[in-house]
Amino acid sequence: MSTVRVSTTINGDAVAYLCEVDETLLDVLRDRLGLTGSKEGCSTGDCGACSVMLDGRVVCSCLVLGAEAEGRDIRTVEGLAAGDKLHPLQEKFLEFAALQCGVCTPGFLVAAKALLDRNPDPSETEIRFALAGNLCRCTGYDKIVRAVQSAAAELRKG
Amino acid sequence: MRYEAPTTINAAVKLLAGKAGQARVLAGGTDLLVQMRTDRVAPDLIVDVKRIPAMRAIAAKSGGFRIGAAVSGAELGANKALRKAWPGVVEAANLIGSTQIQSRATLAGNLCNASPAADSVPALVAAGASAAVAGPRGKRTVPVESIAVGPGKTSLKKGEIVEAIILPKRAPRSGDAYLRFIPRTEMDIAVVGAGVNLTLDSKGVCTAARVALGAVAERVILVPEAAAALVGTKVDAAALKRLAAAASAACRPIDDKRGTKEFRIKVAGVLARRAAETALKRAGGSK
Ligand SMILES: Cc1cc2nc3c(=O)[nH]c(=O)nc-3n(C[C@H](O)[C@H](O)[C@H](O)COP(=O)(O)OP(=O)(O)OC[C@H]3O[C@@H](n4cnc5c(N)ncnc54)[C@H](O)[C@@H]3O)c2cc1C
Ligand code: FES
Ligand code: FES
Repeated sequence: MSTVRVSTTINGDAVAYLCEVDETLLDVLRDRLGLTGSKEGCSTGDCGACSVMLDGRVVCSCLVLGAEAEGRDIRTVEGLAAGDKLHPLQEKFLEFAALQCGVCTPGFLVAAKALLDRNPDPSETEIRFALAGNLCRCTGYDKIVRAVQSAAAELRKG
Repeated sequence: MRYEAPTTINAAVKLLAGKAGQARVLAGGTDLLVQMRTDRVAPDLIVDVKRIPAMRAIAAKSGGFRIGAAVSGAELGANKALRKAWPGVVEAANLIGSTQIQSRATLAGNLCNASPAADSVPALVAAGASAAVAGPRGKRTVPVESIAVGPGKTSLKKGEIVEAIILPKRAPRSGDAYLRFIPRTEMDIAVVGAGVNLTLDSKGVCTAARVALGAVAERVILVPEAAAALVGTKVDAAALKRLAAAASAACRPIDDKRGTKEFRIKVAGVLARRAAETALKRAGGSK
């Protein structure tokens, strides 16, 4: 197995790493770069726990090779808060108790941010549709939808 | 295993043709990486085509469209002109997976993965789409229905790559539609899929039609008998009934956990009829 050298941007910072050819971006983030916010639920694209932004679009990092990140712009859940100040989505997930075990939460936050960036005022149906690639075994989804709606309203106020 | 990300189609073909072991094209990776993860494929070389500019673009071409093989579902959905001309193709492509999968999945990947249940393929076959293929012996253009030959198997030769999917020029008063049956509303594999594309004359009589079915045979099938049921009619109830019967008759499905043979045969007729009704509406006809 050959090794690849990759230079990329993660949460605005220039990052360089070496990885194996078949190593996923998720494994690079977690095991090489210590960014353990992105979770591994299924590693087959079904659960969304590994969601990150790649050049402005939300993807499953378990279905991206580490080598593909060369020259790209990657944003992970770690980049959501501004220092100690949580992002409104994070605040609302806490306020609405939209998490229990928390394994799905980083993926939901990244996917919800991607939705609100494109559509600041989504309907409940649009929210549920956009988040259909994120699975949660604990909450029953309702609190997650409420948290996203409330964060959207707050973000619209600016 | 080696990873290469060439920036020209020629370089990609050279890499794929030159490698002794198994070489694979990587487009969105939403099939390939899952198959590698579950040890169903173990390529010696991966050729990522997403850095080839010609394969990343949607271009208007002779009144139709040339869709680069590395264009994602999300990018298709964002193209207004394409959505307007070929709503059935775009809705089929946009049914694939989740928002995350849409950011990556391509039409060409859906086609070349050669699943009988691939959602965009019946819509492409109904549309009369072709695949522009580049290989070590030059280029050829073939109907999309000739790419898949069986589950996971294609007619592409060593070193060949699909450069683009080509959608023909639209005649006036044309419409297309794709419908699938799945047990939930998203993120599932089609139990049956049906694509219909039709054209009407100024009196509302159907002059041309194509009907294709997914997940009811070893590959996506074109059903000329179902299309023939529409041509020469105003796509009225009697014609739709004949279309449904012809669609059901063309099925040679398997039983599996998603559905029985009987269920697939019945649903294929129902979906073909409903897709034809939507295509008719989009063509400006009424029922
Ligand atoms: C969670 C999840 C949900 C899914 N849901 C659906 C669904 O609802 N409906 C559906 O139809 N599919 C679904 N899929 C399957 C998959 O997303 C689609 O088949 C997708 O269109 C594949 O495109 P890709 O670009 O990711 O292909 P890749 O994985 O990159 O490639 C697929 C195959 O085609 C070959 N290939 C790719 N591009 C070319 C080319 N240009 N020339 C020659 N060969 C090529 C590759 O070598 C590989 O063998 C799903 C997958 C996942 C993980
Ligand atoms: S770990 Fe990537 S989708 Fe589940
Ligand atoms: S909070 Fe446990 S999976 Fe969602």
